[in-house]
Amino acid sequence: MALHSAGKGKLLAVIGDEDTCVGFLLGGVGEINKNRQSNFMVVDKNTAVSEIEDTFKRFIKRDDIDIILINQNIAEMIRHVIDSHTQPIPSVLEIPSKDHPYDASKDSILRRARGMFNPEDIH
Amino acid sequence: MSGKDRLPIFPSRGAQMLMKSRLQGAQKGHGLLKKKADALQMRFRMILGKIIETKTLMGEVMKEAAFSLAEAKFATGDFNQVVLQNVTKAQIKIRSKKDNVAGVNLPVFESYQDGTDTYELAGLARGGQQLAKLKKNYQSSVKLLVELASLQTSFVTLDEVIKITNRRVNAIEHVIIPRIEKTLAYIISELDELEREEFYRLKKIQDKKKQAKAKVEAARLEMIASGKAVDAANMLDEGDEDLLF
Repeated sequence: MALHSAGKGKLLAVIGDEDTCVGFLLGGVGEINKNRQSNFMVVDKNTAVSEIEDTFKRFIKRDDIDIILINQNIAEMIRHVIDSHTQPIPSVLEIPSKDHPYDASKDSILRRARGMFNPEDIH
Repeated sequence: MSGKDRLPIFPSRGAQMLMKSRLQGAQKGHGLLKKKADALQMRFRMILGKIIETKTLMGEVMKEAAFSLAEAKFATGDFNQVVLQNVTKAQIKIRSKKDNVAGVNLPVFESYQDGTDTYELAGLARGGQQLAKLKKNYQSSVKLLVELASLQTSFVTLDEVIKITNRRVNAIEHVIIPRIEKTLAYIISELDELEREEFYRLKKIQDKKKQAKAKVEAARLEMIASGKAVDAANMLDEGDEDLLF
């Protein structure tokens, strides 16, 4: 973790549907590095789950990424991979997409939180 | 906990002192760790509350951002591919700092602007206002998400540390302290036994001595009685006058 504190600024990565990606790219998070690797992934209905998994794992391994944003409906698809990622960095954030409103009960972190406290505190 | 559950140590005064100081150390450590766990727990609850608050806020902000995207699309036409293809360098980057809570380093993310806007000219023909609004909306949501990410990272880190600390507290309370106490009790019982043994031996020796003395006395009395005056004179007393110069 100490390695992260020094050095240059880190990136956000986005895994999401087209609109989510476009929005965040316009917000200015997109970057393509020297190896022509992007820090975002557009998922449409033809994208295979294994492909999403691979991209997610690649993002986790890259040390220039500190935060991974992922649409909640996509996170649902690769839930087991997300749940097995227990390191604090990069932190994985589930965000709502345009077609799928945010459901707090599915969030990995909030589910963990729910285990420790009674549900009334959450809502 | 069985009878075997004590430290392998020779029962002696020195070992007893050692165990006593170890017990004190363990108790002190237990208190300190408990305090640490409490401090972390407090921070943890605070962060949890904030996370829940920010998550609900995020839902709204994202909704607004998605809506402005639709607005911009309506005004400009579909620009998705243009945006996706023209990615170069990130404009928003993240810096991480460390926040120290009771000896635990929590990363805190902070976003900052770096470089120029890649899509400066997007929407130049039409829909520029909507696009500007869209950018602003997404930038603010990124800011919020970064904040949320640091909360979440702290949450995960703290969760882990609290677990470890609680495990240590419980280990000290339920394993280490009882073991030291058992060892102490063992040492004390062994020492007591030794002491009793020693006392008994002393008594025995005294007894023996008394008997021997009585025998000698009896023999002497008998000899006196039989007329052989044997009150032995002092060998050193030669009867000379003391000389004074």
